[in-house]
Amino acid sequence: MFEWLSQMENTKPLALVIFFVTFVGIVIYVFSGKKRAKRLESYKNIPFLDDDKPASQQDPKVADKDQDNG
Amino acid sequence: MAQGAVAVDTQYDYDIVKKFAIAALFWGVLGMTAGTYIAAELAFPFLNFDMAEISFGRLRPGHTSMVIFGFGGNALFATSYYVVQRTSQARLWNGGLANFTFWGWQAALAIGVIGYLNGITDGKEYAEFPWYVDILIAVVWVAYFLVFVQTLRRRSQPHIYVANWFYLAFILATAILHIFRNLAVPVGLFHPESYSVYAGVQDAMVQWWYGHNAVGFFLTAAFLGMMYYFVPKQAGRPIYSYRLSIIHFWALSFMYMWVGGHHLHWTALPDWTSSLAAAFSIMLLMPSWGGMINGIMTLSGAWEKLRTDPIMLFLITALSFYGMSTFEGPMMSLKSVNALSHYTDWTVGHVHSGALGWVAMISFGSFYHLIPRLWDTRMWSTSLIYVHFWLATIGIVLYIAAMWVSGIGQGLMLRAFDDYGNLAYTFIETVQFMHWPLVVRMLGGMFFVSGILVMCFNVAMTIRAAKQEQAALQGAMAAKVARAGA
Repeated sequence: MFEWLSQMENTKPLALVIFFVTFVGIVIYVFSGKKRAKRLESYKNIPFLDDDKPASQQDPKVADKDQDNG
Repeated sequence: MAQGAVAVDTQYDYDIVKKFAIAALFWGVLGMTAGTYIAAELAFPFLNFDMAEISFGRLRPGHTSMVIFGFGGNALFATSYYVVQRTSQARLWNGGLANFTFWGWQAALAIGVIGYLNGITDGKEYAEFPWYVDILIAVVWVAYFLVFVQTLRRRSQPHIYVANWFYLAFILATAILHIFRNLAVPVGLFHPESYSVYAGVQDAMVQWWYGHNAVGFFLTAAFLGMMYYFVPKQAGRPIYSYRLSIIHFWALSFMYMWVGGHHLHWTALPDWTSSLAAAFSIMLLMPSWGGMINGIMTLSGAWEKLRTDPIMLFLITALSFYGMSTFEGPMMSLKSVNALSHYTDWTVGHVHSGALGWVAMISFGSFYHLIPRLWDTRMWSTSLIYVHFWLATIGIVLYIAAMWVSGIGQGLMLRAFDDYGNLAYTFIETVQFMHWPLVVRMLGGMFFVSGILVMCFNVAMTIRAAKQEQAALQGAMAAKVARAGA
């Protein structure tokens, strides 16, 4: 097995397959599931969670923390 | 407003961000002035004045290092330290180490650039620093990585905002690129020269793997991190699609590493390698434009901001140039186009539409948003922001239009044959043809430098006004306390 991996002719197409499958997996993960879509899109509000307010008035957690953990 | 910001200021480490922001402007002025001067030297060679220290060959790496690592690098340190704190709602980890990254980075730049003027260079484009500066940069970079990652680990948020992904990819990729491009054996402990571990076509391949990924991860990914924070903040609305930003990130990360070979079409590099690089370059158009559309569409429904907000003008114009140069780049990576464009001024124009149009404009816009918040005030003059915007935009348009004329003309003349198969033009005829475009390019540079000088004046007055406001506030509070005591 190790010898097979040490041959560039084998590892190059293997790397291509791994990268391609991983990327396609990411695309499917990101764009599938309504609940996941809602959760991912909620993260866009993170820059607005501490809008130049005094530290004492800031909400330290993002609103959808529970969803993320779930 | 001032009282509110006191609390924010104690929660976050703004001192380090301020230092890097000022340093970025300092190196920006120096680097862009040097660039304009060497542009003038190309149009009017007598400006060399027979002084080796200010000749094109020595000033040019000074220009590129000062604008890329001095202006761009310091802007990235400043904004990444700001963004990681604000989106993590956590104070920067280890202020002492962050300070070390500041002084270490400035020392590396100063030692390197002074060395160039004295003829000390590794001669590898964008990696000209000698081995001892390379080591200093590597140490600074490890410290930067630690500060950034440890701050992320302290975050109050469960999710790491996408801008930080881009910054982290930039930090990691730059470390890999810097270390492997600069692997060398010094001639001696007290010699600036060193022997690269690479030779021949392998050296060329490693050079453009480094060179193009410096563009990809230093000048693109990192500034996209800037874009994903400052465009939504300035627009007052979240990014158009968070999921698209995720795909944008992973697509860039997967594809960029493969494209360096397109700098070596029609050379000793194996043909399949540069063809593969061209194929990946074409594919890169999709994520690049996806990201650009994501940024621009953030303004969807609020386009009127472009009429009233000069900072938004900077940010959206930057995205437009990002879109333009990421279309031009894949087109120039096609072998047939490259045969005409390579080794001509077209390449120089392309680089500057990205460097000035995208990198500098997004940095200026981000700084105009950032600086009033750092000093808890507002910009001294909004009119001067407009003046800066138009000086910069006119400068870029003059620059790239001149380089298209010069480069395409130069390429066509060098490829023209007469009826007998002889070259139709001599080399010196192409140089004569390029004179006026080079003069216009110099004028474009002057416009751009004037713009950053206007910005420096505006920033200086803003800081001065902020200090006066703080002093007045402290005086009023002291008087109140004294009255209460009496």
